[in-house]
Amino acid sequence: MSHFPPFTSRLVPLLANDIDTDQIIPARFLKATDKLGLGEHLFADWRYLSDGSPDPDFVLNKPEHAGARILLTGVNFGCGSSREHAAWALTAFGFQAVLSTSFADIFKNNALNNGLLPIQLDESAYSGLLKSVNRSSDIQITVDLEREKVTFPDGTTHKFPIDGFSRHCILNGIDELGYLQQFEKQIAEYEKSRPA
Amino acid sequence: MSKPSTVFEKIWNAHVVAPAQDALSVLYVDLHLIHEVTSPQAFTGLRQRGLKVRRPDRTVATMDHSIPTTDPSLALTDLLAAKQIKELESNTKEFGIKLYGMDSPSRGIVHVIGPELGLTQPGMTIVCGDSHTSTHGALGALAFGIGTSEVEHVLATQCLLQRRPKTFEIRVEGRLSPGVSAKDIILALLSQIGVGGGTGHVFEYTGSAIRALSIEERMTICNMSIEGGARAGMIAPDDTTIEYLSGREFVPKGKAWDERVEKWRALKTDVGAEYDRSISLDADKLVPMITYGTNPGMGMRVDDCVPDPSKAADSSKRAALEKALKYMNLQPGRPLLGLPVDVVFVGSCTNSRISDLRLAASLLKDRKISPKVRMLVVPGSQNVKREAEREGLDKIFKQAGAEWREAGCSMCIAMNGDQLEPGQYAISTSNRNFEGRQGKGGRTFLASPLTAAATALKGVITDVRTILNEKNSHLILNFEL
Repeated sequence: MSHFPPFTSRLVPLLANDIDTDQIIPARFLKATDKLGLGEHLFADWRYLSDGSPDPDFVLNKPEHAGARILLTGVNFGCGSSREHAAWALTAFGFQAVLSTSFADIFKNNALNNGLLPIQLDESAYSGLLKSVNRSSDIQITVDLEREKVTFPDGTTHKFPIDGFSRHCILNGIDELGYLQQFEKQIAEYEKSRPA
Repeated sequence: MSKPSTVFEKIWNAHVVAPAQDALSVLYVDLHLIHEVTSPQAFTGLRQRGLKVRRPDRTVATMDHSIPTTDPSLALTDLLAAKQIKELESNTKEFGIKLYGMDSPSRGIVHVIGPELGLTQPGMTIVCGDSHTSTHGALGALAFGIGTSEVEHVLATQCLLQRRPKTFEIRVEGRLSPGVSAKDIILALLSQIGVGGGTGHVFEYTGSAIRALSIEERMTICNMSIEGGARAGMIAPDDTTIEYLSGREFVPKGKAWDERVEKWRALKTDVGAEYDRSISLDADKLVPMITYGTNPGMGMRVDDCVPDPSKAADSSKRAALEKALKYMNLQPGRPLLGLPVDVVFVGSCTNSRISDLRLAASLLKDRKISPKVRMLVVPGSQNVKREAEREGLDKIFKQAGAEWREAGCSMCIAMNGDQLEPGQYAISTSNRNFEGRQGKGGRTFLASPLTAAATALKGVITDVRTILNEKNSHLILNFEL
């Protein structure tokens, strides 16, 4: 039974480039010693007005995007700080996938380690999707991790790159640490072979 | 005959424990640095699995992000930060890890104390749950930031699963002119390649201008490699590196030192080694830089005008620039010189070492900062603080009207109460000018310690070259770094 079955969901377009992890989860929310409650604080400084009420103009607060599990963003998503809290906040909020043409390295690793799919589209697929987004606010995308593809509203399918190991771990709910621990013998040998 | 390799490749290859699936490698970590913000959930995970830390002797912790920079004997008023700090204390005790805690005379910003104590050494792999881990690459280490899950992996196995990055040579030839410093080199690079320019690559900095830099200056540059999207940034070790490390607490001594130095000398990029990409900068042409926007790649010459969105290359660049200028409340086409600032921050893992403080002090000596400016000077470690006080720099800062603080990350990330009010302008020697980075609604200009100090004197954004006089030029060019 797959831990990440195919799903269809509306997407939320947050079409800024270089969205950094300080925007995804501001530093003042990093004082937690657990992972709880971070969904509340996702994009906090863009999402709420100064009185703490939701900003009706911010895309995440718009009723037509409620329940969306896919985020569509600009290039280099997740740049800046290594805070894994960014991935935790996105998944706590309900996102299962982020669509872009590029992701920052550390964020990409953090996302994969938390079952949040960073789906890299090529330029033409991305601009095609943007056209659909500009025409309608109700865009449904199907994400199939097992087949490594997404299906767009126009019926076209697009393969996305994902390394086999991450795909295997997410589909099977396997933890990377469990895999690393299998290398105990080699790690011990390596340590013996090195001077202190 | 083996293929000529770069120093990155040599270090990578020497640390592969075993190949793993899909071109992943199990990479051994020589040094794991820990701080209070990204570790609690990792230790909790370890505890839940009933695991120990595999190599406590290769793990070192400090407190830097949420600690106050005021009197450490005062109780923390931020209860969450206090809890986080307590948790690091109990975790390090439980798992047998060395902690440079609140009562340690050697505590400080993790990327300042590592090199300072000689923990960071050439040829090592070094990780930390912090993106500015790239700093340690200045000593010829392969050093990079990781997330909290990976912190847990390293605690448990002393290894990480990694995909080998590509290499990107950043060659800087020539000489820096008076008033131009290492910070300006990295800001210039970022303005050229942008914040995603290095994604998937490790930067190696080469060239005569890099070789001429002190280790502290090299750390400034390697520190901000992550701002270009790079996985890490490094500079091959040389005599400067060896001299810097000689006699430090955690380097070997005697015969063991000599043997270690021989190994370090061999850690060079071979003639004929190839990089996946390369770029060249001419140090002769560099001038003091400043950022105008909301990411570290949005930088320009300090004497330039704010770019005009209507002239941007495409619609998404135009939108990004419009958004940034709106946040910063800046007019396109206008100069930044002469713009009043509210706060000047000298600190952070980018520029808070003794040489940075000396540069700022050289401008402030016997002068007063503008009464309109609040200036904070936050040394990177308690060792730096004591050295600065031995040299009388603290008196210079205080007499000039600046606040002299205890060590910590402070206003770089604004987690400890040192922060901007909404709408305030700050010029900062730190590494990020993202929206809200230094306080919600705060507006950050990134610059070198010299530019920041010059700005503090005048109260407005200032080109340091215009206020360098005979006396100061001599001091700045000849400081022992």
